[in-house]
Amino acid sequence: MAVVTALPHDAEPIAHAPMSYWRAVGWRLARDPATLVAGAVLVCIVLAALLAPWLAPYDPSAGSIRLRLAPVGAPGHVLGTDEQGRDMLSRLLWGGRMTLVAGLTPVLVALALGTVLGVLAGYVGGLTNTLVMRTMDVFYAFPAVLLAIAISGALGPGLPNTLLSLSIVFVPRVVRVAESATVQVKGLEYIAAARASGSGVLPIMRHHLLANVLGPILVFASTQVSLCIILAAGLSFLGLGVTPPAAEWGLMLNTLRQSIYVNAIVPALPGVAIFVTSMAFNLLSDGLRDAMEIRA
Amino acid sequence: MWTYAGRRLLLAIPTLLGASIIVFAMVHLAPGDPIAAVMPAESSQAEIEATKKAYGFDKPLAVQYLVWLGRVAQGDLGRSIATRRAVILDVRDSLANSLVLALSSSLLAFGIGTALGLLAAFRQGRWLDKAASAIAVIGVSVPHYWAGIILIIVFSVWLNWLPAMGAADGGGPLAYLRHMTLPTVALALIPLGVITRVVRSAALDVLNQEFVLALRAKGLAARRVFTHVVKNSAPQIFTVLGLQFGFQLGGSVLVEAVFSWPGTGYLLNLAIFQRDIPVLQGVILVLATFFVLLNLAVDLLQTLVDPRIARH
Repeated sequence: MAVVTALPHDAEPIAHAPMSYWRAVGWRLARDPATLVAGAVLVCIVLAALLAPWLAPYDPSAGSIRLRLAPVGAPGHVLGTDEQGRDMLSRLLWGGRMTLVAGLTPVLVALALGTVLGVLAGYVGGLTNTLVMRTMDVFYAFPAVLLAIAISGALGPGLPNTLLSLSIVFVPRVVRVAESATVQVKGLEYIAAARASGSGVLPIMRHHLLANVLGPILVFASTQVSLCIILAAGLSFLGLGVTPPAAEWGLMLNTLRQSIYVNAIVPALPGVAIFVTSMAFNLLSDGLRDAMEIRA
Repeated sequence: MWTYAGRRLLLAIPTLLGASIIVFAMVHLAPGDPIAAVMPAESSQAEIEATKKAYGFDKPLAVQYLVWLGRVAQGDLGRSIATRRAVILDVRDSLANSLVLALSSSLLAFGIGTALGLLAAFRQGRWLDKAASAIAVIGVSVPHYWAGIILIIVFSVWLNWLPAMGAADGGGPLAYLRHMTLPTVALALIPLGVITRVVRSAALDVLNQEFVLALRAKGLAARRVFTHVVKNSAPQIFTVLGLQFGFQLGGSVLVEAVFSWPGTGYLLNLAIFQRDIPVLQGVILVLATFFVLLNLAVDLLQTLVDPRIARH
């Protein structure tokens, strides 16, 4: 067979080699202002939470009865004070730590556990698949908030219980996505080719399967972070999360709720913080999904 | 179609049983003696013995579960620790209020979300599309309990237009409507975001099909093309509506707490506050059952509208 060495006349010469996948993703992300802004906002929020001990002007739990519910812009308290006279800016900075931990940990746990269970169920199939997936279906019998309340409500308040109950909420979701992605990829010809060429189960999983299912799983997990933040703060709002006097955005919203008739702006601030954080995560995951060209 | 419906019905049974196991387990998840989880601390010895017998705490877990399930099947959800009232009565009284709120907020979100999503799809890339996308992102990002507080601040504290708390018992239908306005709006935000998004992408999928091109090519008026697109994206739109309605039932917990709306969410909130495990169990079991049955109904209706689904 003759080997074509020269391009036909009318073919356009290729200016440069095609970009690798991740370079292309980065190239697309760099041209997406909404995602970049969301990313920058998130970096600021995370830094503010990490550096709270140095950034906060006051001790977040030290209040003063004489300075209760000072308005935004009060001298010495830029964002006012809460119902116990504690500095709002300091409490918001410290509160971000709790909310971020409670919002990210369950999704990370779900990512690890859910991927393993889902890929296993999808790849092995048969009875294992039925067993795993039907068990996961049971958790789908509850709307997310209700499942979290059921478990947290029984276990009682506290950060560890919140993390546990939210992890249980998110694991089944990741399992579903991981399983369906695995089943899809498993049916592709190159997996059959790898198997025919004598590859073992583990190398196929590592090199061929995981590489192709991790993208959709990661993107899905990133969409769940904002929901997890809202749920975590919501549990504290109901009195099931972090216990007082700790600073946490949902808890602050709950305790300040009674004060809206005295000062309407300050009680709304923790909610603004939750809103901005969850929106930034949503925009970031949307941008990530578009840039990685994953349809979900 | 009928075999699919039968299979789907059968699949709902293990799901419901599984859900009941989770609810049953709540008593044993609670720290300490399970008897303390279902009895007030000041109960007499005779009461404790009676409850122990009713629950069968001395028997193996599997037997306890079956005994409990048997009582639940007869409508006995236990007694509240705080009020000693039968849980089923409390749930019955509050469920109607929650259903009203779930229905009104779903309808509001459905009306606005469908209109926005369709308009956005037909004006793809224009400002209207961008506005709809922004509303969609805000809708799914906003903590709805906080939105409720903001609504109270604006419409009750500042403008004094609408009441902030309760459901105006005995105040007549107009007072009831005024009370449910703010919680309805707060609850509608999340489904509004989701529905706008789904409707937009469903309509875009249809718009990109060749038959739409053919309709346009033969000179069909834009309004008639619109009708075709709406009809073809209807199955997806109704599915998302049904699912969102289900989420509203459970998701209203936080909003009901904010507005002291006397529904299941408020009941849950009180139960959490008083660590009233039997009430928690009862409300969650009833809501989960509703949720599973609703999802089942959505699935079955979907196959009725679009028989292709049953073949998958």
